[in-house]
Amino acid sequence: MTHAISCQTLDVDLAGRRILCGLSFHIPEGSIVAVLGPNGAGKSTFFRTLLGLTPVTRGALSLFGQPVRRGRADIGYLPQTRSMIGPRLTGRAHIMATLEGNRWGLASKKRSTEELEAVLQELNATDLADRPFGTLSGGERQRLMLAQAMLGHPRLLLLDEPLASLDPGRMREVAELTGNLVRARGITALISAHDINPLIGIVDRVLYLAGGHARIGTPDEILTAPVLSRLYGTPVDVFHAPSGQIFVAPGREA
Amino acid sequence: MLAFEFMRQAFLASALVGLLAGMIGWFLVLRGQSFAGHALSHIGFAGATAALWAGMPPLAGLLIAATAGGMGMSLNNARHGDRDIAIGLTLSLAMGCGSLFLYLLHGPASTATALLFGNVFGINQQTLQILAGTVLAGLIGLGTIGRPLLFASLQPELAEARGVPVQLVSTCFMAMAGLATAICTEVTGVLLVFTLMIGPGATALRLGLNPVTGLCTSAILAIAEAWGGLTISWYTDAPVSFCIAALSAAIFGLTTLFRRRG
Repeated sequence: MTHAISCQTLDVDLAGRRILCGLSFHIPEGSIVAVLGPNGAGKSTFFRTLLGLTPVTRGALSLFGQPVRRGRADIGYLPQTRSMIGPRLTGRAHIMATLEGNRWGLASKKRSTEELEAVLQELNATDLADRPFGTLSGGERQRLMLAQAMLGHPRLLLLDEPLASLDPGRMREVAELTGNLVRARGITALISAHDINPLIGIVDRVLYLAGGHARIGTPDEILTAPVLSRLYGTPVDVFHAPSGQIFVAPGREA
Repeated sequence: MLAFEFMRQAFLASALVGLLAGMIGWFLVLRGQSFAGHALSHIGFAGATAALWAGMPPLAGLLIAATAGGMGMSLNNARHGDRDIAIGLTLSLAMGCGSLFLYLLHGPASTATALLFGNVFGINQQTLQILAGTVLAGLIGLGTIGRPLLFASLQPELAEARGVPVQLVSTCFMAMAGLATAICTEVTGVLLVFTLMIGPGATALRLGLNPVTGLCTSAILAIAEAWGGLTISWYTDAPVSFCIAALSAAIFGLTTLFRRRG
């Protein structure tokens, strides 16, 4: 079986600081993975390394059996920074600018493509695409940027904090839309998040990053007190609510 | 009005300048670099006065200094607040250098006035040819980097990930912004480049037009405002720069009102 992502004793340094340290794991093609961990644990750095934007310091990192390189067309990416440039341009104009935007030439006169319209329809975002980008809510904008990431038939989708700053109802909605879309196409997806709960039932694996180290497995394997305590290097408790929700909290010394 | 050679030259020059300034200006406003565009004209002023002092044509100094200034500015990766300060200080320093060269030059006050407020009625055949060449170069440049420039402006992280050479595109754009600012100075003067560089672009963006339509609208607006200013100036005897500035501000203001109502 081919692995979508394969790390072998991977180290990544950023400005002289070790961000990721000795990562070794494989992610099979078609998995949907929640990338969890505290701020600064290296979630965005891991994504940028996969995109070839941050160099591998030591070890090996390959995508679909090939070493990572910049500008791969088969990766769909949703960056974390929500820039608000061009708030009066329509969502469709924003998406069209990303399409073929890596080729030289004058701005494209095309208003849309069949592929874009199909994805927009699936995301229930056709009407949103005609409104000025700046007037949309966070969740609506996220749906449009998700459509953008889906264009060009990607094999791997990297979604950096797609649920950040959404209200709880929207979080679940965006998470479910994403899950359905990705599963129907057999795309491998990495979704970074602060909280596993909106992603429960959608992801089949958890990649937990803390202190430069990583653990990967099913949510039940990873989100346990012993595993997280070892990863954080400090006691951590994991509580399961009757609703199925999972909460991670600082633990007390036994 | 068009019976006079100098008026025909002025209309032709404004059309050329408006075409490039309108398009470059649309991108400057989109990218939030209006202030940088304004500073470019001041750097150009220092270049123009230095050229005069060295016995060269001022337009040459303008073009060289503004283009180099633009490229230098694009390499400054400071945070937004720090960048504003750096631009402001560069702008003042450039104006200071300009006044120093004017002093060393012992030139007439009209030289400074022409540079600061424009001298569109004094454009000769040779200047017109330089303007045409610059506009052609600018349009070819924009035709080459237009698509990646729009992508990198709207979604910088995504563009980088897709393999767009973001820094190179940005440097090329700022060099072109330098060219546009330099030739814009011929019509509106150093102090009023905002009127043709920023006014039309801001209006087109405010109308919510799509990129290609917006770019064209911005260029048409810039030409229309320049021509309107020339016409008003002809009949009222008011300075051209004032007329263009007033028209540019009025049209932007009207768009704002229209958008509020609509």
